[in-house]
Amino acid sequence: MKRITIDPITRLEGHGKIEVFLDDAGNVAKAYLQIPELRGFEKFCEGRAAEEMPRIVPRICGVCPEAHHLASAKALDSLWQVDPPPAAKKLRELFYCAHFIHSHIAHFYALAAPDFVVGPGADKSQRNILGVVAKVGLETGTQVIKHRSYAQKIQAMIGGKATHPVCGLPGGMSKPLSEEERKHIEAMAMSCVDFAKESLQIFEDVVLKNNEYVKLILSEMYQLAPYSMGLVDGNNRVNFYDGLVRVVDQKGQEVAKFASHQYPDFIAEHVESWSYLKFPYLKNPGWKGIMEDAESGILWVGPLGRLNAAEGMATPMAQKAYEKMYGALGGKPSRATLAFHWARLVELLYAAERMLELSQDPEITSTDIRRLPTAIPREGFGIVEAPRGTLYHHYQTNEQGILEKVNIVVATAHNYAAMNISVDKAAKGLVKNGELNQQALNMIEMAFRAYDPCFGCATHTMPGSLPVDIKIYNSQGEPWINLPW
Amino acid sequence: MPKLNLAIYWAAACGGCDVAILDLDEKILNVAEAANIVLWPIAMDYKYQDLSLLPKDSIDVCLFNGAVRNSEQKELAEILRERSRVMVAFGSCACFGGIPGLANFSNREGILKRVYKTSPTTVNHEGILPQAETAVPEGTLTLPAFMNRVYTLNQVVDVDYYLPGCPPPPDLIWTAVEAIVSGNLPPKGSVIAGTKSLCDTCQRVKEQKNLKGFVRPHEIIPDPEKCLLEQGLVCCGPATRDGCGHRCIKANMPCRGCFGPTGNIHDQGAKLVSALTSILQATTKEEARQAAETIVDAAGTFYRFGLPDALLQRVKRREQA
Ligand code: SF4
Ligand code: SF4
Ligand code: SF4
Repeated sequence: MKRITIDPITRLEGHGKIEVFLDDAGNVAKAYLQIPELRGFEKFCEGRAAEEMPRIVPRICGVCPEAHHLASAKALDSLWQVDPPPAAKKLRELFYCAHFIHSHIAHFYALAAPDFVVGPGADKSQRNILGVVAKVGLETGTQVIKHRSYAQKIQAMIGGKATHPVCGLPGGMSKPLSEEERKHIEAMAMSCVDFAKESLQIFEDVVLKNNEYVKLILSEMYQLAPYSMGLVDGNNRVNFYDGLVRVVDQKGQEVAKFASHQYPDFIAEHVESWSYLKFPYLKNPGWKGIMEDAESGILWVGPLGRLNAAEGMATPMAQKAYEKMYGALGGKPSRATLAFHWARLVELLYAAERMLELSQDPEITSTDIRRLPTAIPREGFGIVEAPRGTLYHHYQTNEQGILEKVNIVVATAHNYAAMNISVDKAAKGLVKNGELNQQALNMIEMAFRAYDPCFGCATHTMPGSLPVDIKIYNSQGEPWINLPW
Repeated sequence: MPKLNLAIYWAAACGGCDVAILDLDEKILNVAEAANIVLWPIAMDYKYQDLSLLPKDSIDVCLFNGAVRNSEQKELAEILRERSRVMVAFGSCACFGGIPGLANFSNREGILKRVYKTSPTTVNHEGILPQAETAVPEGTLTLPAFMNRVYTLNQVVDVDYYLPGCPPPPDLIWTAVEAIVSGNLPPKGSVIAGTKSLCDTCQRVKEQKNLKGFVRPHEIIPDPEKCLLEQGLVCCGPATRDGCGHRCIKANMPCRGCFGPTGNIHDQGAKLVSALTSILQATTKEEARQAAETIVDAAGTFYRFGLPDALLQRVKRREQA
């Protein structure tokens, strides 16, 4: 059998390759999305001090380090049974809204937009952010750069560093927000709200007003019907930082709702020998193979999964955008993979609106942002919505808070089975009779790119404890003491 | 001036180094003006095939981020080295192993077992592990080999410059870009960062207090003005190279050493042990032992970013050889 290899797949985070097998007639027999990498955080975090985790796990992913940072900080709150003061929670959420803004802008404009703005068949030297800037004009390009940079600035202000922040501790945050910083954030947040609205407008002008693209979005090869999962607040609205995990089925009916410590009852992972990445699935109905079938517990997470799993948005303009999107897509839940991009922009608006609200909250500059833990640690769970979907951190420690077991189920992994089906469907729809061109190959990549996968996150899984024997000598050079490390 | 050819590649990396390049903000457009980017998987569509078509020395500069963890990354490092005139170890993973380097505390089997067999959410009754080759109905699928340990870039290929940081801060990246574009490069082997230690430039008040022992970051709310080490927190500042802008310290958190050791330090962890013990007030062995016990996971703290590059690791390798 002939094969086409796309290696590496590009404009995503991390490593991946696609193998497309053709039958004798030159039609696609099957396409596989393989993840060629593993790092192994679960293992090498063993032996570490638990409170260091928010500073270690961000290195799972430099595009969404804040998601790992906060999932970890929440797991530590739970591990030490300490509830952060309200101001600390608000500060974390504010910081996290800025994170969504950075991540969603980076994905939409730098990774996804080249396929729409420059075009799926454009020359590969043009199909990138520089091509996008050339097409939309330097002015819009500068706006994109400016607002992503605002988001990074806000994260650095609160977190110490934009990439790999250090602010989260069990029971709160390391540093309060000053009034001067708050004002600065408020101004940037206002600008981000406008920018998010403009981004939705650009999407409408460039994508929705182009019949070719609309046909593509609604075409069968870019449709899928898995379960949808995401965090929701008390009113079943999307929440990035806190709430319960809600799962809806292919008809939009709620089939599960659970708190962080219950995750092992609902989520399991399957192993295939041809990929380093595992395949998470819903325990009920279970794993039935990589197939599109209501009997199979395959999931959607991330922007579209979240919007499908919730009943609305918690801010007014985002709610309007949400209604408009589902109106155009023919109701909920949506099956259109490429609508992930649209959902991402609805979330960009929500994140900006929420960031503005929080920056104007009188409590946000409170200095009461830490509770010191007093309980003895043993087991902790933390869940947040990463930009790419629901993220689970689960730690077990000894009584000193030294990690004995770590389990991390990341956002991108939840989508792995769905991505495989999407890539296979797109390949089958695009490669016919052995004919293939650069455009078709790129359009196969568009099938996974919609999910904004982060295989850096997905392949986090690395190893734990080195006995160190330290001898200290006195000034005469005589052995004085052996330190018990 | 002719445009430079630039390649940006990630190995066992988190993507933060690539984001740090985006954090140049509008200066990224200047980079694009000065250079043709011939490979950058996060942002551009060039494939390995395009890379293999490039002749020897045709890439002016390669910014290589991430540690070397599997056979594919090693191969890519070699291919890129052959085609690049200047190879920059970009970020702490490429320079010293970084956080992924903590994996050297364990081995291949330990990792695979935990990830694919014993994790609480994994259901794998057949005990399946990822394989170099898997027969599927349509043919054979292949995967790179997961190596037994993590390597720094210079343990695999020759490196010209080092740009540390996790990730490197945009101002240092810009310094490096300017040096490259102007051809004004420092001597081979230079580290593009400060020459002093973080403590030498730290603004916090130092009073030379003596300590009986250490506390962990979640146990106290430290004074934002005073030296964190003197407040009992393990801070890696004494053995860490300056250049990050004291990013963690300013957020009221102690340094974890991501810039690696300063030039005159042989081993970052050993230097930290001597720095920390020198401020401990212990007159008897028993007191010293008690004080030492207040530091938990010393190895994982002192070698947080540099285990593959440490003296310790070399000793282990010699034993294995
Ligand atoms: S040095 Fe830090 S930011 Fe760069 S790849 Fe390594 S972990 Fe990520
Ligand atoms: S030990 Fe840390 S806080 Fe103290 S002076 Fe050095 S860098 Fe600053
Ligand atoms: S303070 Fe230390 S750990 Fe933090 S960025 Fe600077 S060198 Fe890295």
